[in-house]
Amino acid sequence: MDLIFEGIKQAFFLLLSFDREVIGITWLSLKISGTATFVSLFIGISTGMVVALNDFPGRRLVVSLINTGMGLPPVVVGLFVTIFLWRNGPLGFLEILYTPAAMILAQAIIATPIVTGISLAAIQQLPRNLRLQILALGATRIQMVWILVKEAKLPLLAAVMAGFGGVISEVGASIMVGGNIKGYSRVLTTATVMETSRGNFDIAIALGIILLLLAFVINAILTGIQQRERPR
Amino acid sequence: MNMEQPVLAVKNLLVKRGGATVLDIDAFSVNRGEVVGLIGPNGAGKSTLLLAMSKLLKAKRGNMYFKGNDIESGNGAFAYRRMLSMVFQEPLLFDTTVYNNIASGLKIRGMASSGIRKTVMEHLNRFGISHLAKRSARKLSGGEAQRTSLARAFATGPEIIFLDEPFSSLDPPTREALMDDLQRNLQEAGATAVMATHDQMEALRLADRIAVMNQGRIVQMGPPEEVINQPVDEFVASFVGTETILRGKLIKTGEGTFTIAVSGHEIEAVGTGQIGETVVCCIRPEHVTISANPPGSATSSRNSFRGRIVKISRSGFFYKISMDCGFPLVAYITSSSLENLMLKEETQVFAAVKATAIHVIKHSPSMGS
Repeated sequence: MDLIFEGIKQAFFLLLSFDREVIGITWLSLKISGTATFVSLFIGISTGMVVALNDFPGRRLVVSLINTGMGLPPVVVGLFVTIFLWRNGPLGFLEILYTPAAMILAQAIIATPIVTGISLAAIQQLPRNLRLQILALGATRIQMVWILVKEAKLPLLAAVMAGFGGVISEVGASIMVGGNIKGYSRVLTTATVMETSRGNFDIAIALGIILLLLAFVINAILTGIQQRERPR
Repeated sequence: MNMEQPVLAVKNLLVKRGGATVLDIDAFSVNRGEVVGLIGPNGAGKSTLLLAMSKLLKAKRGNMYFKGNDIESGNGAFAYRRMLSMVFQEPLLFDTTVYNNIASGLKIRGMASSGIRKTVMEHLNRFGISHLAKRSARKLSGGEAQRTSLARAFATGPEIIFLDEPFSSLDPPTREALMDDLQRNLQEAGATAVMATHDQMEALRLADRIAVMNQGRIVQMGPPEEVINQPVDEFVASFVGTETILRGKLIKTGEGTFTIAVSGHEIEAVGTGQIGETVVCCIRPEHVTISANPPGSATSSRNSFRGRIVKISRSGFFYKISMDCGFPLVAYITSSSLENLMLKEETQVFAAVKATAIHVIKHSPSMGS
């Protein structure tokens, strides 16, 4: 029990003293996972939209692939990203293995199917004729897509939350492609793993609390956006 | 008839779905200020025709002319779509206020907000929903939601409005009230409209012309009276409520009249024909009168049959009397007539129909039925 109390005490001390290393790690986590989520939103919502609104041969297969992708194990993603970015791998010339860029890439690959899958479901649950109704109101295709996004904003924000939640808490791929280099590619999850393995439970607990707080704050903000201004 | 150019003309329109033809229209046109009712059973192609006419569905082939100009695909179709409105069976409102819903078509067109305000207020008023302006569209009753949808459609000042069964999911009193409002607004706006419905009463009430559809084709088009009283074939006859449809043979011709033999009985009708022709007699139930005694000899132009009541059933506010006169014959009577005549099943009665009330179809294509 002492271990935990001591850990929590130490954690609060670290937090309240604004330890520079901890702040650096937190900021990097936010930057990497934020960027990866942003990229995945772009690809995921567009792909979800295209698949939801069009009928083409093999559509069912694409939908199952997307849904399978929603449960992509981060270590598998880490493995393949590592292979691709390896010095003599297909993308080795980029020379980004063990950099934050590689971590963004891996996290975006993890988040994209999640965002795509939820976007797809979000658009599909809108009434079938809604799209025709919007076009009949004189909308251009771009206006139509924008109105559909607005109509599906609640589930689409859920997609953002799920995507961000998935990558900020992910550790396997980040360690594999980022290398957990101090001050460079060390994020909250990789640091927690390392400190725990070293027996530095106080720091590990502090990092864990920050991770939880971060997830809570981000989701609280998104939930606020999601639930605000619904006319009564 | 209106001789100026039709607002919309469709020629040789063909729509296929999964290889099967779902719509095949040789010619269809709508004149300025006219309301055309599209009637037909489910799956007849009414909705498909509306979607094709609003360029929301790709046709295999066909030409469409808006005020005489070909609506070519691409920007032409887009420009055309900004001149029409569409109302579906479901209100399909956006997740915002009633006000913003009605404003949506105007916002899409980039109208200034002062102009939007004026137009939205006017249309809230027209459809009696001013008090709901700030209400969420998710919190409306079925009738209120459909009113909002109609107001949204009228707000853009469309040249033509397509209505796809706009009342079919509403309860009767709401439907009644909404139909009045739609009729008034169509008249006030001098709007041109095409309304699909499977309810012939709706079409009779609102339409200047009726087009009857079956299996992707328009089988008859004309003023309501004409479609009701002179159906072109057995399908149309039965769809518009002709209860008695009898096949017979022309056996005698007179001066402007002829006699048809149906199951050994003779029916007299007005018109000309050739002896030996096979024809179909259509008798609408409201044209059949029932009496307890044989009608007097003064009514020589009448066909009179002795029959037995097989079944009495309620049909709306009337009673449907099914008789066996050697051939089946159906009449509608009011409840007071039913009481006065003391009609019961198995009662012997006399049924009379004027020769002019019998519509005869010649060369009727076999309708599968």
